[in-house]
Amino acid sequence: MLHRYPKRVAYLMLVLTALVATFPLWGEAVFGNQANFMLEKLTLMLILALFAMSLDLLVGIVGLVSLGHALFFGLGAYTLALASPDFSPASMWWMLPLVIGVSACVGLIVGLLVIRTKGIFFIMTTLAFGQMLYYFISTSQFAGGTDGVFIMFRPSLAVGDTLLVDLDDPYSFFYFCLVTLLAGYLFLRWLTRSYFGQVLDGIHDNEHRMQALGYATSGYKLIAFVIAGVMASIAGMLAAMQYGFANPAQLGWHTSGEVLMMLILGGIGTIFGPILGAFAYEILLFVYEHATTHWPILMGLTIIVAVLVLPRGVAGLMIAPPWARKRRTTANDAPEKATVSAQPVTQSKVD
Amino acid sequence: MKNVKKTTLVAALGTTLTLSAMGLSANEDPVKLGLMLPYSGTYTALGEAITNGLKLAIEQEGGQLGGRDVEYVELDSEADPSKAPQNMSRLVNGDNVDFVIGPVHSGVAMGMLRVAKQTGAITIIPNAGLGAATNELCMPNVFRTSFSMWQDSYPMGKVAYEQGHRNIVTITWDYAGGKEDLAGFEEAFTAEGGDIVQQILVPFPSTEFQSYLTQIASLQPDAVYTFFAGGGGVSFVRDYAAAGLNESIPLLGSGFLTEGNLAALGDAGEGVMTTLHYAETLENDANRSFVAAYEDAYGEAPDTYAVQGYDTGMMLAQALNVLGGDTSDRDRLIDVLANVQLASPRGPMSFSDSHHPIQNVYLREIRDGKHEVVSIAAENLEVPDDACQM
Amino acid sequence: MDLAFFGVQLLNGLQYGLLLFLIASGLTLIFGIMGIINLAHGAMYMIGAYLVYDLTMRFGNFWLAILVAIPIAIALGLVIERLFLDTLYKRDHLYQVLLTFGLILVLNEAQRIIWGGDVHRVPVPAPFDASIQLTDNLQYSVYRLFVMGVCLVLAGVIYGVIRHTRLGIIIRAGAMNRDMVEGLGINVRTLFTLIFSVGVALTAFAGMIAAPLTSIAPGMGDSILITCFVVVVIGGIGSIKGAFWGAIIIGMATTFGAVLIPSLASMVIYLIMAAVLLVKPRGLFA
Repeated sequence: MLHRYPKRVAYLMLVLTALVATFPLWGEAVFGNQANFMLEKLTLMLILALFAMSLDLLVGIVGLVSLGHALFFGLGAYTLALASPDFSPASMWWMLPLVIGVSACVGLIVGLLVIRTKGIFFIMTTLAFGQMLYYFISTSQFAGGTDGVFIMFRPSLAVGDTLLVDLDDPYSFFYFCLVTLLAGYLFLRWLTRSYFGQVLDGIHDNEHRMQALGYATSGYKLIAFVIAGVMASIAGMLAAMQYGFANPAQLGWHTSGEVLMMLILGGIGTIFGPILGAFAYEILLFVYEHATTHWPILMGLTIIVAVLVLPRGVAGLMIAPPWARKRRTTANDAPEKATVSAQPVTQSKVD
Repeated sequence: MKNVKKTTLVAALGTTLTLSAMGLSANEDPVKLGLMLPYSGTYTALGEAITNGLKLAIEQEGGQLGGRDVEYVELDSEADPSKAPQNMSRLVNGDNVDFVIGPVHSGVAMGMLRVAKQTGAITIIPNAGLGAATNELCMPNVFRTSFSMWQDSYPMGKVAYEQGHRNIVTITWDYAGGKEDLAGFEEAFTAEGGDIVQQILVPFPSTEFQSYLTQIASLQPDAVYTFFAGGGGVSFVRDYAAAGLNESIPLLGSGFLTEGNLAALGDAGEGVMTTLHYAETLENDANRSFVAAYEDAYGEAPDTYAVQGYDTGMMLAQALNVLGGDTSDRDRLIDVLANVQLASPRGPMSFSDSHHPIQNVYLREIRDGKHEVVSIAAENLEVPDDACQM
Repeated sequence: MDLAFFGVQLLNGLQYGLLLFLIASGLTLIFGIMGIINLAHGAMYMIGAYLVYDLTMRFGNFWLAILVAIPIAIALGLVIERLFLDTLYKRDHLYQVLLTFGLILVLNEAQRIIWGGDVHRVPVPAPFDASIQLTDNLQYSVYRLFVMGVCLVLAGVIYGVIRHTRLGIIIRAGAMNRDMVEGLGINVRTLFTLIFSVGVALTAFAGMIAAPLTSIAPGMGDSILITCFVVVVIGGIGSIKGAFWGAIIIGMATTFGAVLIPSLASMVIYLIMAAVLLVKPRGLFA
């Protein structure tokens, strides 16, 4: 898989990024005094986009469906919450490495146990581990139990005494999240087009073949698992900073299910798709919540429809819009219409 | 992608139009009350009772507070702590309410308090019994018209000892609210000289009690003190009776075990003794007229949750009447609220320095499906608030 | 804990385990034969409980309610299978997970719309509303004994069908190699519909008979779902015997774990699952 998409995709994404990045300029004009609230929502969308993107590495690129990815999300949130001193801000300089370190360790341990399984069993074991951590946190004294842990102060990003970025300021935090998301995207883009990424593609296609070719597939899968976990933990850390709160629900399987929903809405395997998916999910949620108190039905139906009718998600629409598809059957296609399908090859049922 | 942009634009347009229609905030404008209560899940009945009580109080004031109309924004908290900051933010920043009334669940309260601290929004807690809200985490803009877990459980400790019990098993859900409740009881009971044989913590919100009931039977205590609420309360009391334990081991609890649950309990509740800051059979003028009015309006007897909602309404009414409806001076508003004194259906009620109710706690026993008041377990009980730096 | 109480806890664990088996058996059949991960399985349990609550309130008779509720549950299973699952057989597990997750949202909320958010109880039906004395201060509900009996009988029936009938052979063959079975001329489509409906019916029935024992509350299907997944993974996907022993193990572990190691109680079943997967990745009876 080349993971290269038509130019129009890049243009659209750049336009959207610009739109998001300039929100502080046009936000008040459009939303009036709801602008602050919208900024909060937008920041949340950026954080969830990072979370969804990290899962795409596992689900879309390698083909490992994890129903426990919220484990890492919650882990990042709780690491921040528990490591933050009670009455003063932590420093990002050690908080970020701590979150990365803790999640990498956990990812390694869980990964070693979980990578051995395939297909349905992988889904089950990831679900189980997610639930294990959920119950562990829920019933523990030090982690605040089911009510969660407060974070009174966001970590500071300072050099000596000078504040580089004031993360308590909603606008600065918004840009911080945006930059983190972009960094994450560029990193994954580079990763998937690298040699490592191509091995992952091969594993997704046919693991036995790769093994026959001499690749230590388990090792590659494990590394991908850890990377995905670390990115999700960073997203969790940011989420905790946004809410001021870490809560066991962030670890539960409903959260794992929600992020999968973002993947399918956005488009699996595309890396940029899940970003769109996160936005789409949150926007739909916002609209549905305001439409009726029974919004879960709308969301549930949306997912069902998405699975049945739009399995490639929004990204799929961008890459291969319905009007473009007809032209593909002609022999002398313009090169830009010869798009690479975003749909991963269907998993072999031999588990 | 077009769909996404379109939806955003439509939403934005709609919001702008609505906001322009509302205009700037002025005294002629309605008082906006943001209700952050559970309208679904285990605590639905509580959310609805509080809302009913609140609205009844305001209707008795002619539907106005301090001469201004009242507008309600009802938001389903789902008793979900993880959504609390978002929801609170929606009410305060999105809907721009004047007062936030909520929540029921203590975990949700924690989430709300952070936003309350950031925004200074005036928050009145009509239920959540989390001690810290008017202690460690107290702040001038937060008030409570309900109780604290400690306040309703502490008096039972002495009562249990005086009834002759020396060895007691305590049981509750493993979460902050339950543990705080048990702590109040255990503090008083052990101070008298009693012994807590075992403290059983049930994973929240499980209602599979069989193995714990068996364990209690094997420990053979003099009595069992418990905290469960809502549906969990019903399950526990009924399972306790089904296991025949109520015949040999008296069941004690704070009132939440049975409050609002009398019909569902049926015979299983007979003889259960609880302590609470209210009982629907209280013989005072305010309560008599309140019970009549509530039954008239809603077709069912009120419980403590309805009273808490009612008192919140009365508190706002008293304060806003004093101010003539002027909510522009926040410091003055807070001051007036803090000095409110109510002849509540629950008895005389005033507020401590940490904005927490000073009130009576009653010992009640269920007889013939009603909470009969046996005695006043504690009079004008003020909750210790040494950790509050306000 | 003395011997008498140990015995009672054993009884508690057995009762819980048997009920779990009823739900898990449906799940393992659907998993094993159809290859479908049905996250909405727990919602079926919830629907069974709510149906029986609703109908008991209507008819005033628990047994009549069950009689009417069973066909309704089967019909629901048929509808879901034909409408949604049809397209999923050839698709990735991911889509099954997502679609059934969406189904959970729809079903849970539909329940809220129809029956509201309150918590309900169904009274223990006559003639089982008595208790027998087990020790000086502890009684045991006769209804719980009845539930255990029903689960055992059903377990026997299921086992009998699987082991000793032609249908059973087809089911076992289908679990091993679906394409071959199809190649042998057996209508796999009808088989699947049958299996799914039976699976749903078993689960809903479990919800029905469990109704007088638990609180009927929104989301009650979610917690039982995860536990059943653990049971199925421990026992082995597609194995009824595995579902049975897995359920008993989990039932005992949960019951004894709650009283012996309360701090770890909720994690115990996952630790067991992790241990089993390390030693026997396909489950105990795969």
